[in-house]
Amino acid sequence: MSPVTWSGAMNGSPEVFDVVVIGGGIVGCAVARELTGFELTVGLIEARSDIGDVTSKANTAILHTGFDATPGSLESQLVRRGYELLSAYAPTAGIPIERTGALLVAWTDEELTTLPKLADKARQNGYEHAVLVDAQEVYRREPRLGPGALGGLAIPDESIICSWTSALAYVTEAVGRGLHLLLDQRVTGLEVNDSVTKIQTTRGAVHARWVINAAGHGADVIDRHLGYDRFTVVPRKGELIVFDKLARELVNSIVLPVPSSLGKGVLVSPTIYGNVMLGPTSENIIDRSDTSTTPAGLEFLFEKGVRIMPTLLTEEITATYAGLRASTEHDDFVIDLDGQRRYILLGGIRSTGLTASMALAEHVVELMNNAGEMLAPRSGLPPVPRMPSIGQATERPFQDAPRIDLDAEYGRIVCFCERVSRGEIRDALESVVPPTDLDGLRRRTRALMGRCQGFYCAAEVEALLDKGASGRGGHPEETS
Amino acid sequence: MITQRCDVLIIGGGPSGLTAAANLAGDHHVVVLERERFGGGIPRHSDHTGYGIRDLHRVMSGPAYAKRLVDTALASGVDLRTESMMTSWIGERSVAVTSPQGRYELAATAIILATGARERPRSARLVAGDRPAGVFTTGALQNLVHLHHRSPGSKAVVVGSELVSWSAVLTLREAGCETVEMITDRERSESYAAFHHVAKRVLSTPVSTLTRVRRIVGRDRVEAVELEHLASGAVRTVPCDTIVFTGDWIPDNELARLGGIELAAGSLAPAVDTTLRTSRPGVFAIGNLVHPVDTADVCAQDGHHVAQGVRELLHGRQNESANIAITVDSPLRWVSPSRIWRVDVAPARRRLLLWTDEYRPVAKLTATQADGVIGRITLPWPAAPGRVLRVPWSLLANVDPDGGDVGIRLG
Ligand SMILES: Cc1cc2nc3c(=O)[nH]c(=O)nc-3n(C[C@H](O)[C@H](O)[C@H](O)COP(=O)(O)OP(=O)(O)OC[C@H]3O[C@@H](n4cnc5c(N)ncnc54)[C@H](O)[C@@H]3O)c2cc1C
Ligand SMILES: Cc1cc2nc3c(=O)[nH]c(=O)nc-3n(C[C@H](O)[C@H](O)[C@H](O)COP(=O)(O)OP(=O)(O)OC[C@H]3O[C@@H](n4cnc5c(N)ncnc54)[C@H](O)[C@@H]3O)c2cc1C
Repeated sequence: MSPVTWSGAMNGSPEVFDVVVIGGGIVGCAVARELTGFELTVGLIEARSDIGDVTSKANTAILHTGFDATPGSLESQLVRRGYELLSAYAPTAGIPIERTGALLVAWTDEELTTLPKLADKARQNGYEHAVLVDAQEVYRREPRLGPGALGGLAIPDESIICSWTSALAYVTEAVGRGLHLLLDQRVTGLEVNDSVTKIQTTRGAVHARWVINAAGHGADVIDRHLGYDRFTVVPRKGELIVFDKLARELVNSIVLPVPSSLGKGVLVSPTIYGNVMLGPTSENIIDRSDTSTTPAGLEFLFEKGVRIMPTLLTEEITATYAGLRASTEHDDFVIDLDGQRRYILLGGIRSTGLTASMALAEHVVELMNNAGEMLAPRSGLPPVPRMPSIGQATERPFQDAPRIDLDAEYGRIVCFCERVSRGEIRDALESVVPPTDLDGLRRRTRALMGRCQGFYCAAEVEALLDKGASGRGGHPEETS
Repeated sequence: MITQRCDVLIIGGGPSGLTAAANLAGDHHVVVLERERFGGGIPRHSDHTGYGIRDLHRVMSGPAYAKRLVDTALASGVDLRTESMMTSWIGERSVAVTSPQGRYELAATAIILATGARERPRSARLVAGDRPAGVFTTGALQNLVHLHHRSPGSKAVVVGSELVSWSAVLTLREAGCETVEMITDRERSESYAAFHHVAKRVLSTPVSTLTRVRRIVGRDRVEAVELEHLASGAVRTVPCDTIVFTGDWIPDNELARLGGIELAAGSLAPAVDTTLRTSRPGVFAIGNLVHPVDTADVCAQDGHHVAQGVRELLHGRQNESANIAITVDSPLRWVSPSRIWRVDVAPARRRLLLWTDEYRPVAKLTATQADGVIGRITLPWPAAPGRVLRVPWSLLANVDPDGGDVGIRLG
């Protein structure tokens, strides 16, 4: 396979980039977007053939207010700021977002006594809208909850969002601003010289003045290339079950458990695509690439789910998946500036990275300025791209009569469960950062993500993908 | 959005929908909405023989059968609209349609739901493990092989041992993929004993009973499957690159649910009466949507049967004479029809369709009403999981229109 390189600039890569970002997860993409807003040449190196293909594709996709963060931590500050930035950016870029609110539910007396403390903590984190509610109010808000809820804490600003579209929007905008996106290229070593760092990759060397390490589960390995030994990533697996869309009406908001020493616990939440999610589990593992679900994990979720919302468990299951949080031995993000070697570490971005992404990017600019870079904003930036609408709450192309009249391909539904049209698949294949495999096409369009999981359309969608954008007009299916 | 009108609107252009349409088209404007590019439904992807026995009185291949049904419907004047999908309800009897011709509202006097059934995919069965390529249902497999001429893999494990599972084995063989093992979580294999014997010999596929899939192994492509023996708990790993999940049917009931239509408990199919009416006025349901699943010819005969009730509705007649629910006791899972609103009409083919979760070499059934026995029958064929048990309507010949709900049990 030839190097998959998408670049906004027509000319090739510069000999020495001003900045190279390592890692094309949500954090790396946000950093790339931010930095291309300045007078800089920027490259992004990603080991996989698509961006957002690791932890950023498998999470619970909640835009957190940060009400329950550790007050005073960097994470608390960046989550809060990230919430503001992404809430504002999402509507402009067409990233699906819904402010459903969250409801923390206490099921034991001990949890009930914790609620006021959590309300205090929220205030310390600068979040003023948390409201304590009694059991009656809990059931008024969420009538389908199982018996035994004693009280709750409402967090009206917690939101659900599409993490796939967020990462894609960042990188699409960045490429439009001139980002050099180097995919399918793994960083294997770093060599810092006086003014330039040589970045060894599986496809040869890349040079840059600055290096930003946003490599997620690989961030400690990259860090060690520079001689540091300050943290180790421990993958913490979270397994999830996604229920059929017909279950969506069962739940109104994000139903959270009261956090304990054992972690955040299992939630029930609507998804931005109109499903309902149950999870995640929380288990430290060894293998950094093991995103399999386990019999024990799924069983555990079932046990929890039956108590939280018994009727949910009678609904059909659409999917199960697992993601890995990049946790470390530290209790906060592991962020550091090495001004002398022109290196910034964004490590340990474990369970709030989607929310914090734009704030982390802003923070990088601040750190570079602190190191004396004096970044100059670029003028004449292209407008924010408008991403395809794949959320359930906004109008989708199949519902848009005038659009279908203009282009019949939006009326030609290929994936029936998710109502994805050929027009949308075509658009994805022709987009600025197109998918390179079926999974990438799924994330961009939702094709094959529905209840039948491809009973009807898998073969057809695959054929469209193989034909690529050139497949326009033709039809993969022979006559019948 | 533009609104169009028709007399009868049929959702789904499979065997049941097309047959209903052909029956009703002479005197009325009948529209069939079919979301795929061609009419014909599942048989279109099922390129083996065994279709048309009961309705067309001949044996033909799935695609040939599908084409016959489409041709007949078109010749009868049916307005068959392909690539046209009903996406939601708008009014009591009007629906929203998306097609390349546009997004529009279609209103009708009578609506027939004929959306079929499908197999539960891997995820719906809560199978743990990796999520690699190479995991199919029979439907997806046949689609891949017959319509798209692609090859699945070289070594397969087939989950299920119903008739449809053997259909998967045949398709795999045709595509050059060997089935190394079939498994079922039941105590015995489900298909007809005679067929099973022949199939086992001809296809020489070992069948493991009391076995379930515990985990799928393989990051990008299936590498193996972990099988667990339910009695002993023993786990073993079988190398393979393809896994086909067969059977475990679920009716395509999305539209029925969105329309607030009452569902039958065991099948999740819309509850219908003997004239195939649902709980929503003017809305009927037929085919595998109401009995997941029977053969195509039986579905087609629903299409004949429903025409009577639809005609009566179009002529303004609505007969109600009872309100009786038919329920079943375990190990029976469901019965269709599950309502009697009229005692004067027998169901399609004068048969009740039932589903059992346990095998009985001789099917004996008892019907009760208000705790009294109203009928007994012993069938010369077995009750076997994985296929519909067809029971003569005479079992309920003595039902009392005012006697309350009816129960049916095995034994
Ligand atoms: C179960 C679960 C639930 C979560 N829920 C939420 C939530 O509700 N809200 C929220 O805000 N956050 C949530 N998170 C956290 C969030 O998903 C992560 O913090 C975020 O995705 C981290 O993004 P990232 O870019 O740092 O990492 P990643 O997405 O892992 O990206 C890192 C990238 O670096 C690449 N890479 C690694 N090594 C190299 C190398 N040597 N060379 C080149 N490239 C390399 C990888 O291929 C990868 O693409 C959740 C996480 C999990 C697991
Ligand atoms: C693998 C396999 C092998 C089989 N082998 C045999 C065999 O050998 N012999 C035999 O007799 N039977 C066989 N069957 C069973 C047979 O195919 C079915 O009984 C028959 O197709 C059911 O007919 P139907 O009209 O109820 O539904 P279907 O054939 O499923 O048709 C339903 C139609 O509705 C359409 N539809 C659904 N929702 C919408 C919507 N919202 N808008 C528009 N259109 C919609 C679908 O696209 C589909 O075309 C087999 C089935 C399978 C899966």
